[in-house]
Amino acid sequence: MISSKRFDILRTILSVLIALAISFGIIFLVSEEPVNAITNLLIGPLKSKRSLGNVVESMIPLIFTGTGVCIMFSANQINLAGEGAFHVGGLFATCIAIKLAAPFISPVTALLCAGLAGAVFTAIPAIMKITTTASELVSSLMINYIALYFGNYMLNNVIGDPDASAASYKLLEVSKLVKIVPGTRIHFGLIIAIGVAVLGYWFLYRTKAGYELRLTGENEEFARYSGINIVKVIIVSQLLGGFVAGLGGGVEMLSPIYSRFTWTSLMGYGWDAIIICTLSKKNPLYTPFAALFLAYLRTGASIMARRTDVTLEIVQITQGIIILLVVAEQFLSKYKHKIIAKEAKAALKDEEVA
Amino acid sequence: MNDQTVLQMNHIMKIYGNGVVANEDVSLELRKSEIHALLGENGAGKSTLMKVLFGIEAPDQGEIILKGNPVSIKSPQDAISKGIGMVHQHFMLVPSLTVAENIILGVAPKKGLFIDMDKAVEAASSIAKEYNFDIDVKQKVEDIPVGIKQKVEILKALYRGAEILILDEPTAVLTPQETDELFVQLLKLREKGHTIIFISHKLDEIKKICNRATIMRNGKSMGTYEVENITTQEMSRLMVGHEVSLQFEKEEQKLTDEVFLKVRNLTINNSQGVMKVDNLSFDLKGGEILGIAGVEGNGQTELIDTLTGLNKKYKGEILVKGKDIQNSSVKDIREMKLAHIPEDRMTSGCAKDLSIQENLFSNQYKDGKFSGRFMMKKKAIEKRSDELIKEYIIKCKSRKQNVGMLSGGNIQKVIVAREFSTQPDIIIANQPTRGIDVGAAAFIRKRLLEFRDAGCAVILISADLTEIFALSDRLAVMYKGKFAGFFTDVEKVTEDELGQHMLGIKRDDVLEGVTYD
Amino acid sequence: MWSAILSPDFFSTILRSTTPILFATLASSIASKSGITNMALEGIMLFSALFGVIFSSLTSSAWMGLIITMVIGGLIGLILAFFVLNLKTDEILAAIAINLTATGGTVLIMVAFSGDRGVSSSIKSISAPEVVIPLVKDIPFLGEVLSGQNILTWIAIIAVILLHLFLYKTPLGLAIRAVGENKDAAESVGISSRKIQYIALVLSGVLASMGGFFLSGGYMNMFTKDMSGGRGFIALAAASMGGNTPVGSLLVSLLFGIAQAFANIMQLTSMIPYEIVLMVPYLATLVGLAIFYYGQKKKKERLSGK
Repeated sequence: MISSKRFDILRTILSVLIALAISFGIIFLVSEEPVNAITNLLIGPLKSKRSLGNVVESMIPLIFTGTGVCIMFSANQINLAGEGAFHVGGLFATCIAIKLAAPFISPVTALLCAGLAGAVFTAIPAIMKITTTASELVSSLMINYIALYFGNYMLNNVIGDPDASAASYKLLEVSKLVKIVPGTRIHFGLIIAIGVAVLGYWFLYRTKAGYELRLTGENEEFARYSGINIVKVIIVSQLLGGFVAGLGGGVEMLSPIYSRFTWTSLMGYGWDAIIICTLSKKNPLYTPFAALFLAYLRTGASIMARRTDVTLEIVQITQGIIILLVVAEQFLSKYKHKIIAKEAKAALKDEEVA
Repeated sequence: MNDQTVLQMNHIMKIYGNGVVANEDVSLELRKSEIHALLGENGAGKSTLMKVLFGIEAPDQGEIILKGNPVSIKSPQDAISKGIGMVHQHFMLVPSLTVAENIILGVAPKKGLFIDMDKAVEAASSIAKEYNFDIDVKQKVEDIPVGIKQKVEILKALYRGAEILILDEPTAVLTPQETDELFVQLLKLREKGHTIIFISHKLDEIKKICNRATIMRNGKSMGTYEVENITTQEMSRLMVGHEVSLQFEKEEQKLTDEVFLKVRNLTINNSQGVMKVDNLSFDLKGGEILGIAGVEGNGQTELIDTLTGLNKKYKGEILVKGKDIQNSSVKDIREMKLAHIPEDRMTSGCAKDLSIQENLFSNQYKDGKFSGRFMMKKKAIEKRSDELIKEYIIKCKSRKQNVGMLSGGNIQKVIVAREFSTQPDIIIANQPTRGIDVGAAAFIRKRLLEFRDAGCAVILISADLTEIFALSDRLAVMYKGKFAGFFTDVEKVTEDELGQHMLGIKRDDVLEGVTYD
Repeated sequence: MWSAILSPDFFSTILRSTTPILFATLASSIASKSGITNMALEGIMLFSALFGVIFSSLTSSAWMGLIITMVIGGLIGLILAFFVLNLKTDEILAAIAINLTATGGTVLIMVAFSGDRGVSSSIKSISAPEVVIPLVKDIPFLGEVLSGQNILTWIAIIAVILLHLFLYKTPLGLAIRAVGENKDAAESVGISSRKIQYIALVLSGVLASMGGFFLSGGYMNMFTKDMSGGRGFIALAAASMGGNTPVGSLLVSLLFGIAQAFANIMQLTSMIPYEIVLMVPYLATLVGLAIFYYGQKKKKERLSGK
């Protein structure tokens, strides 16, 4: 039992190391200055306050979408519309933030709208599943593209600034989230993000609704037999997951990183959330750590991309390999079986002695 | 060792991924032209041993010797190529394919690149004829009855040249006529030189057709015996470790006045539209155990699903303590103090990847003792978990251990602890002791009786007739969705009589004492 | 607008937009028939679209390019199979991983080859040829629709027939259907379900790669970033609506082609904004899924007598 938990941690670390090793191999293949590239990737972020700041600020959206996905996946709802929810979150926050000029009220309203918009988008697959039994997986994938083109439509026809190209009107200063660390762009969103991760944990592991949700996720038949309202769980999990992801989009948009809505393609945070969720074993409390890891890798990669001939996208390959290995049940499983068999044999002996 | 020996399994040990030791040190020797019984309780390790032989599971220790040569069987394919065939308890057939397609699956005759369907049909019918099996091979498997499906399974093995044939509880799903027919065919197979491993826990069947029997208990073999030279009593003693006597001290019955459960004209169709429960009526008062016997698949599952609110599509009337449950959810019904031990503990009785503690409260987490408006009361839950683990003697490392890591008996105790700890007035126990160790089973039966004595109404569905006889106050036999027999004086019913009702040979039209009207 | 719909161009567009979806839908069908959801189709198509351009350019031959791309598509299918079947990785998560790798990997490779991050226009690629059918081409209307289509469109239609024969007439096809419907049954007669699912996933990869190849070497003449545009995902929906049969796949894919052609016309006649036109395939899938599964649900309810 205990050794099997230790085994899981060991396996995760090993997966990450292998993924990095493969990525380094690829860098050696495509780059003319591989050592330089790898050095930049690994220690680039540590070299300046600004780049350390970049690490922290890029953690923020990852924590949001990661937590959102943890909530949906805990209920075993494979809703992948977190991506779209994040997108429309940013979009709706923009709609408010370019119009409403009231301090405090403006960002709060913008974020609320962002969350609600996200919730609406992730709820569509949930509602479709309940009313028609269509799997949430495929419909949520469609939702992402619908969110994207809806955003493009809004950008070109409603919120677009005629004086700028492919950008909305400027977000009003009063609506922006304040910076909290001077000399960086780290902003108040970090506090909201950590708050959301903790609340997410508290919700899943401490509340009745969270218990219902996890029970349903682990064994839907068992939940039904226990008298849990499955329909409620399906709706709640996806509304909440979408809300959190949408909130993340809003926070990102109101951060000092942006001054206008410029998203004309999907940002990919919904997919990154899958790896955050995988690394944190569906527990929101661990998402900040997983996000830190990913954000560090990202920042390192963008420094690498700026200074050498290797592109940023290498990170997606690293992420892909990590997911593959971390969720590969049989990866190193022979070793795991040995541990368990050893324990069982020991227990057998104990019984005979007793 | 004997010159007739075809196969030996020596000192097989198998430990499953969750640490359960299914086979500790088992040996088995098979001879040519014999029907060899493999006898043991549910969970004794028979199936595991056969999975090892058929290449489904790899043993952790031990050797297999086939016709004098040590072999390692790595896959079913491997086993089949070595002349070993297996007929599983749950049929391994593809429903949308025809009988012929199922028989030739994997070894299809070809014409160029394509399957030679004419030849396939011819080959399938000729092997059916050779062994005197009367089957139309062009029918789709989904359209044929159970007995024929089993024949198709046997033909599948024979078509692949099986000399050793493993039959896993072949009679469990058959009618008596079908069973007799099967036995005739098995004897014919023996004459032709086949060796048959007959897995069962029905002693009379073993007496009837087996030559030798190897008896298993708790993952160990208790020896191999000539069936002629051993009595059924001895066999059962070896199987369970003591003479089968389920004599419980039953207190004098104190029935409540109130009818706790009232069922009238209940008719249920399953999702395929087949009628599974047919115009059933009965009553249940507090302080009694109503045993329901019957061959599996005669409507028991549908009846229980409906009584507990899992299925809402039925005609007729169900009153729990006077209240019609047509519009009540599972939760509503549970709140009427109805507890339910489900038929299959892994599919609906627990979440194996959650802790014991998390599994103990799925039916009562809303209770004010364990939660507030939104929050769970962690301390109270932890305390209660430890109490329940102690009270129900659940063997585990701690309440945080995942349920999936426990043995079957302990998992069942977790379920029973959860269901009984709500102080129910009605308990629906569906196969409460299936496949668990004797100690855990006795514990659960005793608890059921205690609840009866305390004025609880109990429905007990069990395939274990000894259990049914020992516990029931009234006894019903389900056959094709109806009560084919109903007994108010359980002690006077013989096992034989019960069997005839179970198999539909005897069907009473007038049932005395089913209702209290 | 009616004149636009009745033009041969409209029908020709239907066939053209049906082609990539059809390949992907066939790919999804065969994987599903063997019991596996292949969500990695999206990534396989994206990789293939890029490799199609690169290898047809390197070998100066569209055919060599296609063959190499098909081999790579099969290899990705093999990798997916290895993780799902040998390492017991969740099939959805494994697919997500492959798709992520494809999104990043294609940009990485494109930069390495052309120095460009967005489009591959600097690589001289060779598209698959168009087929001019003698005699037919002279038939008014019909000739304009059928003749001059890319050869891959015809290959897709032939693939429907071949796949149908394969699944329903050959021993391997029987084994694939058996494994998908009842894995244990297939195992019990010594069919290695793992081997069968390997084969199905490799074939699925090959089919998807042909769809990907068509995107950059038929539908368009170059690779652009993320050009698969969710077609691999749409295919999952299309295949399930087509009952995972080759003929069903063809019919449902045609519906998508029709929707796309309509959208194109509406865009030309500016009846709806451009962005909404781009949304059409996804909206159509969503609506299609809802209608199809609602129908299925009702059918089941009728059966159980309520």
